[in-house]
Amino acid sequence: MITVALYLTIGMVIVAAVLNVYRLIKGPDEPDRVLALDTLYINTIGLIILLGITLGTRMYLESALLIAVMGFVGTVAMAKYLKRGSVIE
Amino acid sequence: MSLIAEFAIVILLLTGGFFSLVGAIGLARLPDFYTRLHGPTKATTVGIGAIVLASVVYFSSQGEGIAISEALITLFLFFTAPISANLLAKAAMHIGIIPYHRTRGQTWDQ
Repeated sequence: MITVALYLTIGMVIVAAVLNVYRLIKGPDEPDRVLALDTLYINTIGLIILLGITLGTRMYLESALLIAVMGFVGTVAMAKYLKRGSVIE
Repeated sequence: MSLIAEFAIVILLLTGGFFSLVGAIGLARLPDFYTRLHGPTKATTVGIGAIVLASVVYFSSQGEGIAISEALITLFLFFTAPISANLLAKAAMHIGIIPYHRTRGQTWDQ
């Protein structure tokens, strides 16, 4: 039962990632693309955690944590750049 | 693994996948940037929260205890999702992205 639910969830998150890529390519303005990238890294964290459950190991949680930290830093830097024109003043 | 833990894991996994999908559909289909900002924040908090919780239940039901990085991922995402959404909304208002024509109220003109 868990296996079926796991594969269903992985499918749903992959469809979500594909929709994010659609918005990333189409997005009319820059903030749309930054928002799509933000959602994309969050879906990637979900996929990595699901991969960890599938393989029965906890080794990949650290990489998920690293992606969370670095993705937040990237989003803040892009938002700062769009607002001010420079990242560090 | 007990049956209750199995049911809890299945329900948590499907909830997380469903909310991630709903957030992405909202991101793809809503009309302008300010409404699009609404979807992914829900996908972050509920979707990833439920998936991490499923991972916690799965590994504790196998007798491995709770890892610190799972709690850290959840905490970090819960703290940073509103911050990044707020910064992106501020950047969009600064650039001057035109809201959807049926938006009521112009709060940034005050």
